[in-house]
Amino acid sequence: MTGALLFGLAGAALVGCGVYGLLTAPGALGRVLGFNILGGGVFLMFGVVARRGAGAGFGADPVPQALVITGIVVAFCATALAVALLVRLCAVQAEAARGGDGDKET
Amino acid sequence: MSLVFDAVLCLVLLAGALGVVTTGAARPAVIAFIGYGLLLGLAWVRLAAVDVALTEIAIGSGISGVVLLRCVRALPAEPLTPAPNRMLKPLAAVVSITIAAALAAVVLALPEPAPSRAADVAAALPATDLGNPVTGVLLVFRALDTLLEKVVLLLSLVGVWALSRDPACRGRPAPLSPEPAPAPSAFLARVLAPIGVLVGLYLLWAGADHPGGAFQSGAVLAAMGLLLVMGDQIRTPAAESRGLRLLLLAGPFGFLAVGFAGWATAGVFLGYPPGAEKAVIIAVEVAITVSIAVTLGLIVLGPPAGEERP
Repeated sequence: MTGALLFGLAGAALVGCGVYGLLTAPGALGRVLGFNILGGGVFLMFGVVARRGAGAGFGADPVPQALVITGIVVAFCATALAVALLVRLCAVQAEAARGGDGDKET
Repeated sequence: MSLVFDAVLCLVLLAGALGVVTTGAARPAVIAFIGYGLLLGLAWVRLAAVDVALTEIAIGSGISGVVLLRCVRALPAEPLTPAPNRMLKPLAAVVSITIAAALAAVVLALPEPAPSRAADVAAALPATDLGNPVTGVLLVFRALDTLLEKVVLLLSLVGVWALSRDPACRGRPAPLSPEPAPAPSAFLARVLAPIGVLVGLYLLWAGADHPGGAFQSGAVLAAMGLLLVMGDQIRTPAAESRGLRLLLLAGPFGFLAVGFAGWATAGVFLGYPPGAEKAVIIAVEVAITVSIAVTLGLIVLGPPAGEERP
């Protein structure tokens, strides 16, 4: 049992946690968080592949590392867009609720 | 001894992730998620991937954390929770455990000896004059991925701006807080921002040979910009400003221009001119760092609020 293997198993468990969050979260924000945890687990498993590919004087294979860095940034982009959509949706719903009470003539 | 540390780290990481998905309230879940991101960064250090650790902590935990915390404040206090089916949670648990077990089996069955491109990178790296293999892969060997990811980042900002109430996307984003910044906040911004900018520039400069690089540097610079906005030291920029849009486009389009020039100088798309690789790579890195910093900051600040009324 090596350290890299341990992190690989942890990555698999994180994916499980993320799927559970995606399925059971009460609100959209919880689903976004679950999606991020799922992604973190997948990246960690890929990191274990990188660590096992250590060689030629590098502590870990640089190609998977670079792909994970790209993946983290793309996951952030998706998260930011999802969150912006969520905030706007809530603003629209709040406006609709207020509009139901009074100034319909405008 | 280090195996014990790894085991404890894995357990704490899992506990953090479980905390995020089982906490009902939004704010504790987001705060747990930020902590989880920091622990994940530590796991990356243990996997000898310091560049990934820096990116995870700066972007996956830091900037994502700010975006999510802003979202928590904008959402209504108690989200409408439809009474979930009683069977949902046990079923979801069974599905998740099955998926995790299948992935664990895959991890245990990874081929031995492990496939690796490390030797190829080591053989090709001297031609680029770079010392950090990850920067070499990002900017030379897999430059197309990096270019497309810059475009994704820009598209994400376009998506956020498209949610503005003003169809022409004019004006400044809404301030982070309606009240003026408290004195400690302003003081912190004045003291910390110069140091942070220096750290960000160092990460960019050192990224050629040591862990660091455009993303990590861009994220630190964006954080310093946000700190200055929170401390009321600078105003949020107006979205229609030409200079701002030029900064946003400098990275992706500068990189694209170098890519097309590659056909003329090196005979291949995204090739670097022979003999001047390092200078061109550094110029590209500076341009994309500036664009990353500005784009990340603007994504956090949110859509512009429309033209100001005098």
